[in-house]
Amino acid sequence: MSGERPGPDVRVPRPSVARAPEAPPAGEPPPAPTNRNDDRFDVRLRARARFGTVFAVLCFLATLIGVLVLAALLVDIFRDGFHRLTPAFLNGMPSRFVERAGIKPALVGSAWVMVLTAIVSFPLGVGTAIWLEEYAPNNRFTRIVQTNIANLAGVPSIVYGILGLTLFVRGFALGRSILAAAFTLSLLILPVVIIASQEAIKAVPNSIRLGAYALGATRWEAIRYQVFPLALPGIMTGTILALSRAIGEAAPVIMVGALGFISFVPTRPLDGFTVIPFQIFSWVSRPQVAFQELAAAASIVLLALLLTMNAAAIWLRNRYTRKF
Amino acid sequence: MATELTAADARPNARTTVDRGLRARRRQERVVGFVLFGFSAVSILTTLGIVAVLLFESSTFFRQIPLIEFFTGTRWSPLFESPHYGILPLLSGSLLIAGGAAIVALPLGLAAAIFLSEYAHDRVRRVLKPVLEILAGVPTVVYGYFALTFVTPLIRAIVPSTSVFNAASAAIVMGIMIIPMVSSLSEDAMSAVPRSLREAAYALGATKVEVATRTVVPAALSGIIASFILAISRAIGETMIVTIAAGATAVLTLNPFTSVQTMTAFIAETAKGEAAHGTIEYQSIFAVGLTLFAITLLMNILSNVVLRRFREVYE
Repeated sequence: MSGERPGPDVRVPRPSVARAPEAPPAGEPPPAPTNRNDDRFDVRLRARARFGTVFAVLCFLATLIGVLVLAALLVDIFRDGFHRLTPAFLNGMPSRFVERAGIKPALVGSAWVMVLTAIVSFPLGVGTAIWLEEYAPNNRFTRIVQTNIANLAGVPSIVYGILGLTLFVRGFALGRSILAAAFTLSLLILPVVIIASQEAIKAVPNSIRLGAYALGATRWEAIRYQVFPLALPGIMTGTILALSRAIGEAAPVIMVGALGFISFVPTRPLDGFTVIPFQIFSWVSRPQVAFQELAAAASIVLLALLLTMNAAAIWLRNRYTRKF
Repeated sequence: MATELTAADARPNARTTVDRGLRARRRQERVVGFVLFGFSAVSILTTLGIVAVLLFESSTFFRQIPLIEFFTGTRWSPLFESPHYGILPLLSGSLLIAGGAAIVALPLGLAAAIFLSEYAHDRVRRVLKPVLEILAGVPTVVYGYFALTFVTPLIRAIVPSTSVFNAASAAIVMGIMIIPMVSSLSEDAMSAVPRSLREAAYALGATKVEVATRTVVPAALSGIIASFILAISRAIGETMIVTIAAGATAVLTLNPFTSVQTMTAFIAETAKGEAAHGTIEYQSIFAVGLTLFAITLLMNILSNVVLRRFREVYE
């Protein structure tokens, strides 16, 4: 709602005219020159207005609390970790010695996981969205699929971790590998990718499809050459945001078995690995303050990475989204 | 498409070429439809996979630990000489922290939603709303770090007997994390209340706060309640904040200043500790996971029902 709503806080019209004719009950002395009812209304109106102001200020403060905590969090992390953020830190291996410890394997691991997750979740998510929006008959099964996706979005990430552990690590015998983590995280973000892609496809007006059909296109040709390109910026934005969620997740990665201590940089999808959030977790679990500072430094790196991805998503949306 | 037509026209047997093109395109259409359907099946299979894995693996667990003992036992000590598997301590840990988070997030989130929907100028809202949304995007490990190194010392300065790992710190930080869930869903619901309702209230002499609290909030109540339920369900399923800040002591307590263990934290700790495959400790992960999954699923369904059943429709 925009600000032009008529909402005068105080100047509520005074219904003195309406009140004046009210006859006083019989037997009472005639009313004094100033109407007592009127007085009480004025007093109550002032109290109501005061309450309104207090309430507005409280609501504003409540909104600010979230912002202030966010600021405190950033200050806390930068104060603790910024001095540890050196090129050696970005380029080094984890180590028992704080001075030498670095996050290179975690950075590379996160990059691997992100790319593989994108490769798996993008076609699956977009394909499902296209099927639901363009192909699916309006029947019970489709509704079940749709409801199921909404419910999957609410499943705790650690439960996906349990699934990944049983299905990918053990079932498919992928071991505690990058690939197992990527599959697990793909399933985790799949509902988000699907829902975002559906929104983007819905936003393409029907006239575009009808125009393609009129020129003799089949359904797939209309989607492939008309609908999909128009929906792509929205789909990309949603996918990038979903990936940024995958990059920040630690719980499923713990389940799938990221390595607490790693002395090599992973080079193949079946290698053991660690990712930045897991590295933060294993450092923060140590009692020494110096390691907690490393956790703060790694948090700065992670936040910077997420900020970049979010900025890219917003830029894509603003740059390429077309309104019809 | 068009090229096929012209190329076909030039030849005597144009008709059959077009037909062949059409047939190929129809076949492509069928194949694509089938493939896309297969993609959609993945999400169904995911749900089935989760349910099957949890049920199958915990069935071996429940063969050794009776259901009654699991759900009513007040001791959770898988690592002891004589292990106990009563989930109540973990359940109470989860509920204590989710409840604390709700105490923080529900009033703050609702107030923020009222401010954004009813009071804030367009320009203010366009700044504040994305900033609040960032709160939901901060990785939970980072929140865990913040809880442990910033909030816990604060609490210990006020209540010195607080232990290093405590429920209060995790609950407060988790409450902050779920504010945007409450505020943005509630704000959506409040923005959907038609303007005519507000104007009618003004016409009856209501002040702005009366319009907001007695007209808009009741009209949007189903959306607000649904957002509350979703946010609490999210808090119950959250893992990293509690694993880092709340500790790993499974005790049945309501004291927020001591260390507790939640269901999620137990699962994470046990998986990290690499419990040997096939042991009952390993299988307990699945029993706890099944409980967690059932609780969050029920809450999500409940929130949907509230949203649908109790929605006031204005046309």
